[in-house]
Amino acid sequence: MLQEHAKIVQFISLAQEVTGRKKLQKMIFIAKKMNFPFAEKFQLHMYGPYSEELTLRVEELCEMGFLNEECMDKGSYVQYKYDVSPEGKRFLETTTQESNELQGFIEKMQVKTSRFLELVSTLLYFDDLEKDEQIEKVHIVKNKLKFTETEMNDAFDFIHQLQEVAAS
Amino acid sequence: MGYKNEKLKEEKVFKDPVHRYIHVRDKVIWDIIGTREFQRLRRIKQLGTTYLVFHGAEHSRFQHSLGVYEIVRRIIDDGFSGRPEWDEEERLVTLCAALLHDLGHGPFSHAFENVFDLDHEVFTQKILLGDTEVNTILRKVSEKFPQKVADVIGKTYPDKLVVSLISSQIDADRMDYLQRDAYYTGVSYGHFDMERILRVMRPAEDQAVVKSSGMHAVEDYIMSRYQMYWQVYFHPVSRSAEVILTKVLHRAKYLFEKGYHFKQDPVHFHTFFNREFLLEDYIALDEGIITTYFQMWTKETDWILRDLSKRFLNRQLFQYVEFNPAKEYKKLNELEQLFKDADLNPEYYLVVDSSSDLPYDFYRPGEENERLPIFLQMPNNELREISRSSDVVDAISGKRRTDHKLYFPADILLRDKEKNPLYKKIYDMLTN
Repeated sequence: MLQEHAKIVQFISLAQEVTGRKKLQKMIFIAKKMNFPFAEKFQLHMYGPYSEELTLRVEELCEMGFLNEECMDKGSYVQYKYDVSPEGKRFLETTTQESNELQGFIEKMQVKTSRFLELVSTLLYFDDLEKDEQIEKVHIVKNKLKFTETEMNDAFDFIHQLQEVAAS
Repeated sequence: MGYKNEKLKEEKVFKDPVHRYIHVRDKVIWDIIGTREFQRLRRIKQLGTTYLVFHGAEHSRFQHSLGVYEIVRRIIDDGFSGRPEWDEEERLVTLCAALLHDLGHGPFSHAFENVFDLDHEVFTQKILLGDTEVNTILRKVSEKFPQKVADVIGKTYPDKLVVSLISSQIDADRMDYLQRDAYYTGVSYGHFDMERILRVMRPAEDQAVVKSSGMHAVEDYIMSRYQMYWQVYFHPVSRSAEVILTKVLHRAKYLFEKGYHFKQDPVHFHTFFNREFLLEDYIALDEGIITTYFQMWTKETDWILRDLSKRFLNRQLFQYVEFNPAKEYKKLNELEQLFKDADLNPEYYLVVDSSSDLPYDFYRPGEENERLPIFLQMPNNELREISRSSDVVDAISGKRRTDHKLYFPADILLRDKEKNPLYKKIYDMLTN
Protein backbone atom coordinates (compact mmCIF):
# COMPACT_ATOMS: atom_id res chain seq x y z
CA MET A 1 0.00 0.00 0.00
CA LEU A 2 2.84 2.40 0.83
CA GLN A 3 5.08 0.72 -1.72
CA GLU A 4 6.37 3.92 -3.30
CA HIS A 5 7.32 5.25 0.13
CA ALA A 6 9.10 1.99 0.84
CA LYS A 7 11.20 2.30 -2.33
CA ILE A 8 12.60 5.64 -1.18
CA VAL A 9 13.31 4.34 2.31
CA GLN A 10 15.05 1.33 0.80
CA PHE A 11 17.10 3.56 -1.50
CA ILE A 12 18.36 5.65 1.41
CA SER A 13 18.89 2.54 3.47
CA LEU A 14 21.11 1.07 0.74
CA ALA A 15 22.98 4.36 0.48
CA GLN A 16 23.23 4.44 4.32
CA GLU A 17 22.91 8.21 4.09
CA VAL A 18 22.43 10.82 1.40
CA THR A 19 23.74 14.35 1.83
CA GLY A 20 21.91 17.04 -0.11
CA ARG A 21 18.37 17.24 -1.40
CA LYS A 22 19.70 17.92 -4.86
CA LYS A 23 21.89 14.85 -4.76
CA LEU A 24 18.99 12.66 -3.68
CA GLN A 25 16.82 14.01 -6.49
CA LYS A 26 19.47 13.38 -9.12
CA MET A 27 20.34 9.91 -7.83
CA ILE A 28 16.72 8.77 -7.92
CA PHE A 29 16.24 10.26 -11.39
CA ILE A 30 19.34 8.51 -12.70
CA ALA A 31 18.24 5.23 -11.10
CA LYS A 32 14.83 5.63 -12.71
CA LYS A 33 16.52 6.21 -16.07
CA MET A 34 18.39 2.93 -15.48
CA ASN A 35 14.98 1.24 -15.26
CA PHE A 36 14.60 1.01 -11.51
CA PRO A 37 10.86 1.34 -10.96
CA PHE A 38 10.46 4.66 -9.17
CA ALA A 39 7.03 6.19 -9.77
CA GLU A 40 7.89 9.85 -9.24
CA LYS A 41 7.58 12.11 -12.25
CA PHE A 42 10.42 14.46 -13.07
CA GLN A 43 10.51 17.73 -14.96
CA LEU A 44 13.34 20.02 -15.84
CA HIS A 45 13.78 22.70 -13.19
CA MET A 46 16.52 25.06 -12.07
CA TYR A 47 19.00 22.31 -11.22
CA GLY A 48 18.03 19.80 -13.87
CA PRO A 49 15.47 17.01 -13.49
CA TYR A 50 13.44 17.51 -10.34
CA SER A 51 10.41 15.77 -8.92
CA GLU A 52 7.94 17.61 -6.74
CA GLU A 53 6.44 14.21 -5.93
CA LEU A 54 9.79 13.03 -4.61
CA THR A 55 10.21 16.15 -2.47
CA LEU A 56 6.77 15.50 -1.06
CA ARG A 57 7.46 11.81 -0.48
CA VAL A 58 10.67 12.58 1.40
CA GLU A 59 8.92 15.23 3.53
CA GLU A 60 6.20 12.71 4.34
CA LEU A 61 8.75 10.06 5.25
CA CYS A 62 10.40 12.52 7.63
CA GLU A 63 7.02 13.38 9.16
CA MET A 64 6.26 9.69 9.43
CA GLY A 65 9.49 9.24 11.36
CA PHE A 66 10.91 6.76 8.83
CA LEU A 67 13.68 9.11 7.71
CA ASN A 68 15.89 11.36 9.78
CA GLU A 69 16.59 14.76 8.27
CA GLU A 70 19.55 16.68 9.61
CA CYS A 71 19.94 20.32 8.63
CA MET A 72 23.59 21.30 8.44
CA ASP A 73 24.60 24.95 8.48
CA LYS A 74 27.33 25.45 5.90
CA GLY A 75 27.73 29.18 6.44
CA SER A 76 26.37 30.67 3.26
CA TYR A 77 23.90 27.82 2.75
CA VAL A 78 22.25 24.89 4.47
CA GLN A 79 22.44 21.27 3.48
CA TYR A 80 20.21 18.37 4.45
CA LYS A 81 21.34 14.86 5.28
CA TYR A 82 19.01 11.88 5.26
CA ASP A 83 19.24 8.45 6.81
CA VAL A 84 16.77 5.76 7.82
CA SER A 85 15.46 5.81 11.39
CA PRO A 86 14.91 2.64 13.46
CA GLU A 87 11.15 3.06 12.79
CA GLY A 88 11.94 3.26 9.07
CA LYS A 89 13.89 0.02 9.30
CA ARG A 90 10.91 -1.66 10.99
CA PHE A 91 8.65 -0.25 8.26
CA LEU A 92 10.92 -1.73 5.57
CA GLU A 93 10.54 -5.14 7.16
CA THR A 94 6.77 -4.95 6.59
CA THR A 95 7.11 -4.23 2.86
CA THR A 96 8.18 -6.06 -0.25
CA GLN A 97 11.55 -4.69 -1.27
CA GLU A 98 13.06 -4.15 -4.67
CA SER A 99 16.16 -6.09 -5.65
CA ASN A 100 19.47 -5.13 -4.08
CA GLU A 101 20.94 -4.58 -7.57
CA LEU A 102 20.33 -0.94 -6.86
CA GLN A 103 23.20 -0.95 -4.37
CA GLY A 104 25.91 -1.04 -7.04
CA PHE A 105 24.39 1.97 -8.79
CA ILE A 106 24.04 3.89 -5.58
CA GLU A 107 27.68 3.30 -4.68
CA LYS A 108 28.77 4.64 -8.07
CA MET A 109 26.59 7.75 -7.70
CA GLN A 110 27.36 8.41 -4.03
CA VAL A 111 30.98 9.29 -4.69
CA LYS A 112 30.12 11.86 -7.36
CA THR A 113 29.50 15.54 -6.67
CA SER A 114 26.06 17.15 -6.96
CA ARG A 115 27.35 19.23 -9.86
CA PHE A 116 28.42 16.12 -11.74
CA LEU A 117 25.14 14.33 -11.01
CA GLU A 118 23.29 17.44 -12.16
CA LEU A 119 25.13 17.22 -15.46
CA VAL A 120 24.57 13.45 -15.81
CA SER A 121 20.88 13.69 -14.99
CA THR A 122 20.36 16.63 -17.34
CA LEU A 123 22.05 14.73 -20.17
CA LEU A 124 19.83 11.74 -19.40
CA TYR A 125 16.78 14.01 -19.42
CA PHE A 126 17.57 14.67 -23.07
CA ASP A 127 18.54 11.10 -23.92
CA ASP A 128 16.07 10.95 -26.80
CA LEU A 129 18.33 13.39 -28.67
CA GLU A 130 21.58 12.78 -30.56
CA LYS A 131 24.74 13.29 -28.50
CA ASP A 132 25.55 16.67 -30.08
CA GLU A 133 22.02 17.89 -29.46
CA GLN A 134 22.16 16.65 -25.84
CA ILE A 135 25.32 18.68 -25.26
CA GLU A 136 23.81 21.73 -26.95
CA LYS A 137 20.69 21.45 -24.78
CA VAL A 138 22.74 21.20 -21.59
CA HIS A 139 24.68 24.30 -22.58
CA ILE A 140 21.39 26.16 -23.16
CA VAL A 141 19.63 25.16 -19.97
CA LYS A 142 22.77 25.17 -17.80
CA ASN A 143 24.57 28.10 -19.39
CA LYS A 144 25.54 29.57 -16.03
CA LEU A 145 27.30 26.38 -14.91
CA LYS A 146 29.68 26.42 -17.89
CA PHE A 147 30.38 22.69 -18.04
CA THR A 148 33.72 21.91 -19.68
CA GLU A 149 34.32 19.41 -22.46
CA THR A 150 36.13 17.15 -19.98
CA GLU A 151 33.13 17.17 -17.66
CA MET A 152 30.86 16.34 -20.60
CA ASN A 153 33.06 13.42 -21.62
CA ASP A 154 33.24 12.15 -18.03
CA ALA A 155 29.47 12.36 -17.78
CA PHE A 156 28.94 10.36 -20.96
CA ASP A 157 31.49 7.76 -19.76
CA PHE A 158 29.64 7.51 -16.45
CA ILE A 159 26.28 7.05 -18.18
CA HIS A 160 27.84 4.36 -20.35
CA GLN A 161 29.19 2.57 -17.26
CA LEU A 162 25.79 2.65 -15.59
CA GLN A 163 24.07 1.40 -18.72
CA GLU A 164 26.51 -1.49 -18.98
CA VAL A 165 25.82 -2.50 -15.39
CA ALA A 166 22.08 -2.20 -16.02
CA ALA A 167 22.33 -4.40 -19.10
CA SER A 168 24.41 -7.11 -17.40
CA MET B 1 5.20 39.47 -45.20
CA GLY B 2 5.52 35.76 -44.47
CA TYR B 3 3.11 33.40 -42.74
CA LYS B 4 4.77 34.25 -39.40
CA ASN B 5 3.45 37.82 -39.51
CA GLU B 6 0.30 37.20 -41.51
CA LYS B 7 -2.79 38.79 -39.96
CA LEU B 8 -6.42 37.88 -40.50
CA LYS B 9 -8.38 40.39 -42.57
CA GLU B 10 -10.62 40.96 -39.59
CA GLU B 11 -9.96 40.17 -35.96
CA LYS B 12 -11.77 37.04 -34.77
CA VAL B 13 -13.17 36.89 -31.27
CA PHE B 14 -14.34 34.04 -29.05
CA LYS B 15 -16.88 34.98 -26.41
CA ASP B 16 -15.48 33.87 -23.07
CA PRO B 17 -17.10 34.00 -19.63
CA VAL B 18 -13.82 34.79 -17.85
CA HIS B 19 -12.04 37.23 -20.17
CA ARG B 20 -15.19 38.44 -22.00
CA TYR B 21 -13.47 38.09 -25.37
CA ILE B 22 -10.48 36.19 -26.72
CA HIS B 23 -8.93 38.13 -29.58
CA VAL B 24 -7.18 36.50 -32.53
CA ARG B 25 -5.45 38.47 -35.25
CA ASP B 26 -2.58 36.14 -36.12
CA LYS B 27 -3.27 33.67 -38.92
CA VAL B 28 -1.01 31.07 -37.27
CA ILE B 29 -3.06 31.14 -34.05
CA TRP B 30 -6.33 30.91 -35.98
CA ASP B 31 -5.05 27.96 -38.00
CA ILE B 32 -3.81 26.11 -34.89
CA ILE B 33 -7.20 26.45 -33.22
CA GLY B 34 -8.74 24.74 -36.25
CA THR B 35 -6.55 21.63 -36.07
CA ARG B 36 -7.99 18.29 -34.98
CA GLU B 37 -5.47 17.98 -32.14
CA PHE B 38 -6.52 21.32 -30.68
CA GLN B 39 -10.24 20.70 -31.24
CA ARG B 40 -9.81 17.41 -29.34
CA LEU B 41 -9.29 19.50 -26.19
CA ARG B 42 -13.01 20.36 -26.32
CA ARG B 43 -13.64 16.73 -25.36
CA ILE B 44 -11.38 16.72 -22.31
CA LYS B 45 -12.61 18.34 -19.13
CA GLN B 46 -10.30 20.78 -17.40
CA LEU B 47 -11.07 19.44 -13.93
CA GLY B 48 -11.51 15.71 -14.55
CA THR B 49 -13.85 14.27 -11.92
CA THR B 50 -14.57 17.56 -10.11
CA TYR B 51 -17.94 17.84 -11.91
CA LEU B 52 -19.19 15.06 -9.63
CA VAL B 53 -18.91 17.52 -6.73
CA PHE B 54 -19.27 20.93 -8.38
CA HIS B 55 -21.75 20.18 -11.13
CA GLY B 56 -20.83 23.28 -13.12
CA ALA B 57 -17.26 22.12 -13.61
CA GLU B 58 -17.81 20.69 -17.08
CA HIS B 59 -15.51 23.17 -18.80
CA SER B 60 -12.86 21.90 -21.17
CA ARG B 61 -9.13 22.20 -21.71
CA PHE B 62 -10.00 23.94 -24.98
CA GLN B 63 -11.45 26.90 -23.06
CA HIS B 64 -8.52 27.04 -20.67
CA SER B 65 -5.98 26.94 -23.51
CA LEU B 66 -7.68 29.87 -25.22
CA GLY B 67 -7.72 31.70 -21.89
CA VAL B 68 -3.99 31.25 -21.32
CA TYR B 69 -3.34 32.46 -24.87
CA GLU B 70 -5.47 35.58 -24.24
CA ILE B 71 -3.67 36.45 -21.00
CA VAL B 72 -0.25 36.06 -22.63
CA ARG B 73 -1.40 38.09 -25.63
CA ARG B 74 -2.45 40.90 -23.32
CA ILE B 75 0.79 40.75 -21.33
CA ILE B 76 2.82 41.02 -24.52
CA ASP B 77 0.74 43.39 -26.65
CA ASP B 78 -0.49 45.67 -23.87
CA GLY B 79 2.40 45.45 -21.41
CA PHE B 80 5.71 44.26 -22.80
CA SER B 81 5.64 45.49 -26.37
CA GLY B 82 8.09 48.36 -26.96
CA ARG B 83 10.02 47.80 -23.73
CA PRO B 84 13.76 47.19 -24.22
CA GLU B 85 13.76 43.96 -22.15
CA TRP B 86 11.23 42.37 -24.50
CA ASP B 87 12.25 40.92 -27.84
CA GLU B 88 9.36 41.30 -30.28
CA GLU B 89 10.76 38.35 -32.25
CA GLU B 90 9.58 36.11 -29.38
CA ARG B 91 5.94 37.15 -29.65
CA LEU B 92 4.64 34.37 -31.89
CA VAL B 93 6.50 31.52 -30.21
CA THR B 94 5.21 32.72 -26.83
CA LEU B 95 1.60 32.93 -28.05
CA CYS B 96 1.79 29.48 -29.65
CA ALA B 97 3.30 27.95 -26.50
CA ALA B 98 0.55 29.54 -24.39
CA LEU B 99 -2.15 28.16 -26.67
CA LEU B 100 -0.59 24.70 -26.92
CA HIS B 101 0.81 24.16 -23.41
CA ASP B 102 -1.83 21.55 -22.48
CA LEU B 103 -2.14 19.90 -25.89
CA GLY B 104 -0.95 16.50 -24.67
CA HIS B 105 -3.49 16.05 -21.90
CA GLY B 106 -5.40 12.83 -22.24
CA PRO B 107 -8.90 11.96 -21.06
CA PHE B 108 -9.19 12.10 -17.26
CA SER B 109 -5.54 12.95 -17.48
CA HIS B 110 -4.21 12.12 -14.05
CA ALA B 111 -5.94 8.75 -13.66
CA PHE B 112 -5.05 7.72 -17.19
CA GLU B 113 -1.41 8.72 -16.78
CA ASN B 114 -1.21 6.90 -13.47
CA VAL B 115 -2.54 3.61 -14.83
CA PHE B 116 -0.66 3.59 -18.12
CA ASP B 117 2.49 5.28 -16.83
CA LEU B 118 2.27 8.20 -19.24
CA ASP B 119 3.18 11.86 -19.05
CA HIS B 120 1.01 14.43 -20.78
CA GLU B 121 4.01 16.74 -21.20
CA VAL B 122 5.73 14.09 -23.29
CA PHE B 123 2.61 13.86 -25.45
CA THR B 124 2.49 17.61 -25.86
CA GLN B 125 6.01 17.39 -27.27
CA LYS B 126 5.11 14.42 -29.49
CA ILE B 127 2.08 16.19 -30.94
CA LEU B 128 4.08 19.34 -31.61
CA LEU B 129 6.92 17.47 -33.27
CA GLY B 130 5.13 14.48 -34.84
CA ASP B 131 3.10 13.96 -37.98
CA THR B 132 0.14 16.09 -36.92
CA GLU B 133 -1.92 19.00 -38.19
CA VAL B 134 -0.47 21.25 -35.49
CA ASN B 135 3.06 20.41 -36.59
CA THR B 136 2.16 21.19 -40.22
CA ILE B 137 0.93 24.65 -39.22
CA LEU B 138 3.97 25.37 -37.05
CA ARG B 139 6.37 24.23 -39.78
CA LYS B 140 4.81 26.75 -42.14
CA VAL B 141 6.34 29.43 -39.90
CA SER B 142 9.78 27.81 -40.15
CA GLU B 143 11.30 24.36 -40.06
CA LYS B 144 12.61 24.92 -36.52
CA PHE B 145 9.49 26.60 -35.18
CA PRO B 146 7.77 23.44 -33.81
CA GLN B 147 10.92 22.67 -31.80
CA LYS B 148 11.01 26.23 -30.46
CA VAL B 149 7.43 25.99 -29.24
CA ALA B 150 8.19 22.57 -27.72
CA ASP B 151 11.24 24.03 -25.95
CA VAL B 152 9.20 26.83 -24.37
CA ILE B 153 6.65 24.33 -23.07
CA GLY B 154 9.43 21.95 -21.98
CA LYS B 155 11.18 24.84 -20.17
CA THR B 156 14.36 24.40 -22.19
CA TYR B 157 14.03 27.54 -24.29
CA PRO B 158 16.99 29.93 -24.02
CA ASP B 159 14.82 33.00 -23.33
CA LYS B 160 13.70 32.36 -19.75
CA LEU B 161 11.40 35.38 -19.79
CA VAL B 162 9.28 33.62 -22.40
CA VAL B 163 9.20 30.41 -20.34
CA SER B 164 8.20 32.30 -17.20
CA LEU B 165 5.02 33.62 -18.83
CA ILE B 166 3.79 30.04 -19.30
CA SER B 167 5.39 28.37 -16.32
CA SER B 168 6.32 30.10 -13.07
CA GLN B 169 4.70 30.89 -9.75
CA ILE B 170 2.78 33.73 -11.35
CA ASP B 171 2.09 32.64 -14.89
CA ALA B 172 -0.75 32.91 -17.37
CA ASP B 173 -1.63 29.24 -16.88
CA ARG B 174 -2.42 29.70 -13.19
CA MET B 175 -4.07 33.07 -13.70
CA ASP B 176 -6.50 31.52 -16.14
CA TYR B 177 -7.27 28.25 -14.39
CA LEU B 178 -7.88 29.85 -10.99
CA GLN B 179 -10.45 32.25 -12.38
CA ARG B 180 -11.99 29.79 -14.84
CA ASP B 181 -12.28 26.97 -12.32
CA ALA B 182 -13.77 29.39 -9.76
CA TYR B 183 -16.31 30.58 -12.33
CA TYR B 184 -17.41 27.09 -13.38
CA THR B 185 -17.42 25.52 -9.93
CA GLY B 186 -19.33 28.52 -8.61
CA VAL B 187 -17.06 29.01 -5.59
CA SER B 188 -16.22 32.45 -4.33
CA TYR B 189 -12.51 31.73 -3.91
CA GLY B 190 -10.17 31.93 -6.89
CA HIS B 191 -10.94 35.52 -7.78
CA PHE B 192 -8.20 38.11 -7.74
CA ASP B 193 -7.46 41.37 -9.50
CA MET B 194 -5.84 40.08 -12.68
CA GLU B 195 -6.31 43.41 -14.43
CA ARG B 196 -4.10 45.01 -11.81
CA ILE B 197 -1.44 42.29 -12.09
CA LEU B 198 -1.36 42.59 -15.88
CA ARG B 199 -0.95 46.36 -15.62
CA VAL B 200 2.04 46.08 -13.30
CA MET B 201 3.80 43.11 -14.90
CA ARG B 202 7.15 44.01 -16.43
CA PRO B 203 9.70 42.11 -18.51
CA ALA B 204 13.06 41.47 -16.82
CA GLU B 205 16.16 39.56 -17.84
CA ASP B 206 15.12 36.03 -16.90
CA GLN B 207 11.47 36.34 -15.95
CA ALA B 208 8.43 38.55 -15.71
CA VAL B 209 8.37 40.67 -12.53
CA VAL B 210 5.73 42.80 -10.86
CA LYS B 211 6.02 46.46 -9.93
CA SER B 212 6.06 46.80 -6.15
CA SER B 213 2.81 48.75 -6.26
CA GLY B 214 1.11 45.52 -7.38
CA MET B 215 2.16 43.56 -4.31
CA HIS B 216 -1.30 43.36 -2.75
CA ALA B 217 -2.82 42.06 -5.97
CA VAL B 218 -0.18 39.32 -6.00
CA GLU B 219 -0.88 38.49 -2.35
CA ASP B 220 -4.53 38.06 -3.27
CA TYR B 221 -3.58 35.82 -6.20
CA ILE B 222 -1.42 33.57 -3.98
CA MET B 223 -4.16 33.27 -1.37
CA SER B 224 -6.73 32.51 -4.07
CA ARG B 225 -4.55 29.72 -5.31
CA TYR B 226 -4.15 28.32 -1.79
CA GLN B 227 -7.90 28.29 -1.22
CA MET B 228 -8.73 26.80 -4.60
CA TYR B 229 -6.37 23.89 -3.99
CA TRP B 230 -7.94 22.93 -0.70
CA GLN B 231 -11.55 23.81 -1.44
CA VAL B 232 -11.81 22.57 -5.02
CA TYR B 233 -8.84 20.67 -6.44
CA PHE B 234 -8.32 18.45 -3.38
CA HIS B 235 -11.98 18.11 -2.48
CA PRO B 236 -12.16 14.67 -0.83
CA VAL B 237 -15.32 13.61 -2.68
CA SER B 238 -13.80 14.52 -6.02
CA ARG B 239 -10.70 12.56 -4.97
CA SER B 240 -12.98 9.61 -4.22
CA ALA B 241 -14.27 9.72 -7.80
CA GLU B 242 -10.70 9.92 -9.05
CA VAL B 243 -9.74 6.91 -6.93
CA ILE B 244 -12.60 4.87 -8.39
CA LEU B 245 -11.86 6.00 -11.95
CA THR B 246 -8.23 4.94 -11.52
CA LYS B 247 -9.27 1.58 -10.13
CA VAL B 248 -11.69 0.92 -13.03
CA LEU B 249 -8.83 1.40 -15.47
CA HIS B 250 -6.49 -0.71 -13.36
CA ARG B 251 -9.05 -3.51 -13.26
CA ALA B 252 -9.68 -3.43 -17.00
CA LYS B 253 -5.92 -3.53 -17.64
CA TYR B 254 -5.47 -6.40 -15.19
CA LEU B 255 -8.29 -8.41 -16.78
CA PHE B 256 -6.94 -7.83 -20.27
CA GLU B 257 -3.50 -9.06 -19.19
CA LYS B 258 -5.09 -12.17 -17.66
CA GLY B 259 -6.86 -12.98 -20.94
CA TYR B 260 -10.34 -12.13 -19.66
CA HIS B 261 -13.01 -12.19 -22.36
CA PHE B 262 -14.73 -8.78 -22.42
CA LYS B 263 -18.32 -8.79 -23.71
CA GLN B 264 -17.38 -5.76 -25.79
CA ASP B 265 -13.79 -5.84 -26.97
CA PRO B 266 -12.09 -2.68 -25.57
CA VAL B 267 -10.39 -1.94 -28.89
CA HIS B 268 -9.48 1.64 -28.02
CA PHE B 269 -7.46 0.38 -25.06
CA HIS B 270 -5.65 -2.56 -26.69
CA THR B 271 -2.48 -0.72 -27.55
CA PHE B 272 -2.39 0.94 -24.13
CA PHE B 273 -2.83 -2.38 -22.34
CA ASN B 274 -0.03 -3.80 -24.51
CA ARG B 275 2.10 -0.66 -24.21
CA GLU B 276 2.37 -0.52 -27.99
CA PHE B 277 0.34 2.59 -28.59
CA LEU B 278 1.08 5.10 -31.29
CA LEU B 279 0.56 8.83 -31.11
CA GLU B 280 -2.53 8.40 -33.25
CA ASP B 281 -4.06 6.01 -30.68
CA TYR B 282 -3.52 8.62 -27.99
CA ILE B 283 -5.00 11.46 -30.01
CA ALA B 284 -8.03 9.30 -30.83
CA LEU B 285 -9.01 8.99 -27.16
CA ASP B 286 -11.32 11.37 -25.38
CA GLU B 287 -13.53 11.31 -22.32
CA GLY B 288 -16.60 10.31 -24.33
CA ILE B 289 -14.86 7.10 -25.35
CA ILE B 290 -13.73 6.32 -21.82
CA THR B 291 -17.18 6.77 -20.31
CA THR B 292 -18.77 4.73 -23.13
CA TYR B 293 -16.55 1.81 -22.10
CA PHE B 294 -17.51 2.39 -18.49
CA GLN B 295 -21.15 2.04 -19.55
CA MET B 296 -20.37 -1.23 -21.28
CA TRP B 297 -18.37 -2.49 -18.32
CA THR B 298 -21.40 -2.15 -16.05
CA LYS B 299 -22.64 -5.27 -17.86
CA GLU B 300 -19.44 -7.28 -17.47
CA THR B 301 -19.29 -10.58 -15.63
CA ASP B 302 -16.26 -9.53 -13.59
CA TRP B 303 -17.77 -8.26 -10.36
CA ILE B 304 -15.08 -5.72 -9.54
CA LEU B 305 -15.05 -4.09 -12.97
CA ARG B 306 -18.85 -3.99 -13.01
CA ASP B 307 -19.14 -2.59 -9.51
CA LEU B 308 -16.46 0.10 -9.93
CA SER B 309 -17.83 1.22 -13.32
CA LYS B 310 -21.32 1.57 -11.84
CA ARG B 311 -19.94 3.47 -8.91
CA PHE B 312 -18.22 5.99 -11.15
CA LEU B 313 -21.13 6.52 -13.51
CA ASN B 314 -23.79 6.66 -10.80
CA ARG B 315 -21.69 8.57 -8.31
CA GLN B 316 -21.75 5.87 -5.66
CA LEU B 317 -18.42 6.92 -4.31
CA PHE B 318 -16.20 5.56 -1.56
CA GLN B 319 -16.41 7.00 1.90
CA TYR B 320 -13.21 8.34 3.44
CA VAL B 321 -11.57 8.73 6.82
CA GLU B 322 -8.52 10.74 7.77
CA PHE B 323 -5.38 8.65 7.70
CA ASN B 324 -2.01 9.24 9.31
CA PRO B 325 0.52 6.98 7.58
CA ALA B 326 3.14 7.57 10.27
CA LYS B 327 0.94 6.36 13.09
CA GLU B 328 -1.36 3.99 11.23
CA TYR B 329 0.66 2.05 8.71
CA LYS B 330 0.46 -1.08 10.87
CA LYS B 331 -3.31 -0.63 11.12
CA LEU B 332 -3.35 -0.38 7.35
CA ASN B 333 -1.59 -3.74 7.06
CA GLU B 334 -4.17 -5.25 9.43
CA LEU B 335 -7.00 -3.75 7.42
CA GLU B 336 -5.59 -5.12 4.20
CA GLN B 337 -5.60 -8.60 5.69
CA LEU B 338 -9.16 -8.18 6.98
CA PHE B 339 -10.32 -7.05 3.55
CA LYS B 340 -8.77 -10.15 2.02
CA ASP B 341 -10.39 -12.37 4.67
CA ALA B 342 -13.73 -10.71 3.93
CA ASP B 343 -13.31 -11.35 0.19
CA LEU B 344 -12.96 -7.68 -0.67
CA ASN B 345 -9.89 -7.07 -2.76
CA PRO B 346 -7.97 -4.30 -0.92
CA GLU B 347 -6.15 -3.37 -4.10
CA TYR B 348 -9.44 -1.90 -5.34
CA TYR B 349 -11.44 -1.27 -2.19
CA LEU B 350 -8.98 0.13 0.34
CA VAL B 351 -7.09 3.07 -1.08
CA VAL B 352 -4.78 5.67 0.47
CA ASP B 353 -4.89 8.97 -1.37
CA SER B 354 -2.63 11.92 -0.56
CA SER B 355 -2.94 15.58 -1.48
CA SER B 356 -0.26 18.16 -0.97
CA ASP B 357 0.34 21.74 -1.91
CA LEU B 358 3.02 24.33 -1.41
CA PRO B 359 1.30 27.66 -2.09
CA TYR B 360 4.46 29.68 -2.64
CA ASP B 361 8.14 29.12 -2.20
CA PHE B 362 11.38 30.79 -3.11
CA TYR B 363 14.92 29.75 -3.74
CA ARG B 364 17.18 29.64 -0.73
CA PRO B 365 20.88 29.18 -1.41
CA GLY B 366 21.92 25.56 -1.10
CA GLU B 367 18.38 24.29 -0.97
CA GLU B 368 16.61 22.55 -3.72
CA ASN B 369 13.27 24.28 -3.89
CA GLU B 370 13.61 24.75 -7.59
CA ARG B 371 10.92 27.36 -7.75
CA LEU B 372 11.41 30.60 -9.56
CA PRO B 373 10.43 33.23 -6.99
CA ILE B 374 8.06 36.12 -7.63
CA PHE B 375 10.09 39.32 -7.75
CA LEU B 376 8.83 42.80 -7.05
CA GLN B 377 10.43 45.61 -9.00
CA MET B 378 11.14 48.37 -6.50
CA PRO B 379 11.02 52.08 -7.44
CA ASN B 380 14.84 52.09 -7.77
CA ASN B 381 14.55 49.11 -10.17
CA GLU B 382 16.01 46.70 -7.61
CA LEU B 383 14.32 43.27 -7.69
CA ARG B 384 13.13 41.99 -4.33
CA GLU B 385 11.67 38.54 -3.65
CA ILE B 386 8.05 39.11 -2.59
CA SER B 387 8.11 37.42 0.82
CA ARG B 388 10.71 39.98 1.95
CA SER B 389 8.12 42.71 1.51
CA SER B 390 4.85 40.93 2.15
CA ASP B 391 4.00 39.58 5.61
CA VAL B 392 1.10 37.64 4.09
CA VAL B 393 3.32 35.81 1.59
CA ASP B 394 6.07 35.36 4.16
CA ALA B 395 3.60 33.63 6.47
CA ILE B 396 2.88 30.89 3.94
CA SER B 397 6.22 30.66 2.10
CA GLY B 398 7.63 27.16 2.09
CA LYS B 399 4.69 25.86 4.15
CA ARG B 400 3.53 22.66 2.61
CA ARG B 401 0.20 21.24 3.61
CA THR B 402 -0.39 17.53 3.15
CA ASP B 403 -3.48 15.50 3.71
CA HIS B 404 -3.96 11.72 3.58
CA LYS B 405 -7.26 9.93 3.33
CA LEU B 406 -8.27 6.31 3.32
CA TYR B 407 -11.10 5.44 0.95
CA PHE B 408 -13.36 2.40 1.25
CA PRO B 409 -16.85 1.20 0.19
CA ALA B 410 -18.84 1.96 3.35
CA ASP B 411 -22.09 1.04 1.57
CA ILE B 412 -21.02 -2.60 1.09
CA LEU B 413 -19.72 -2.90 4.64
CA LEU B 414 -22.89 -1.43 6.16
CA ARG B 415 -25.34 -3.25 3.90
CA ASP B 416 -23.90 -6.71 4.53
CA LYS B 417 -22.56 -6.35 8.05
CA GLU B 418 -25.19 -8.70 9.44
CA LYS B 419 -24.27 -11.39 6.91
CA ASN B 420 -20.56 -11.00 7.31
CA PRO B 421 -19.28 -10.11 10.79
CA LEU B 422 -15.92 -9.19 9.29
CA TYR B 423 -17.60 -6.28 7.51
CA LYS B 424 -18.73 -4.85 10.82
CA LYS B 425 -15.26 -5.32 12.28
CA ILE B 426 -13.68 -3.54 9.31
CA TYR B 427 -16.19 -0.71 9.41
CA ASP B 428 -15.70 -0.18 13.12
CA MET B 429 -11.95 -0.24 12.74
CA LEU B 430 -12.08 2.31 9.95
CA THR B 431 -14.48 4.70 11.60
CA ASN B 432 -13.39 4.56 15.23
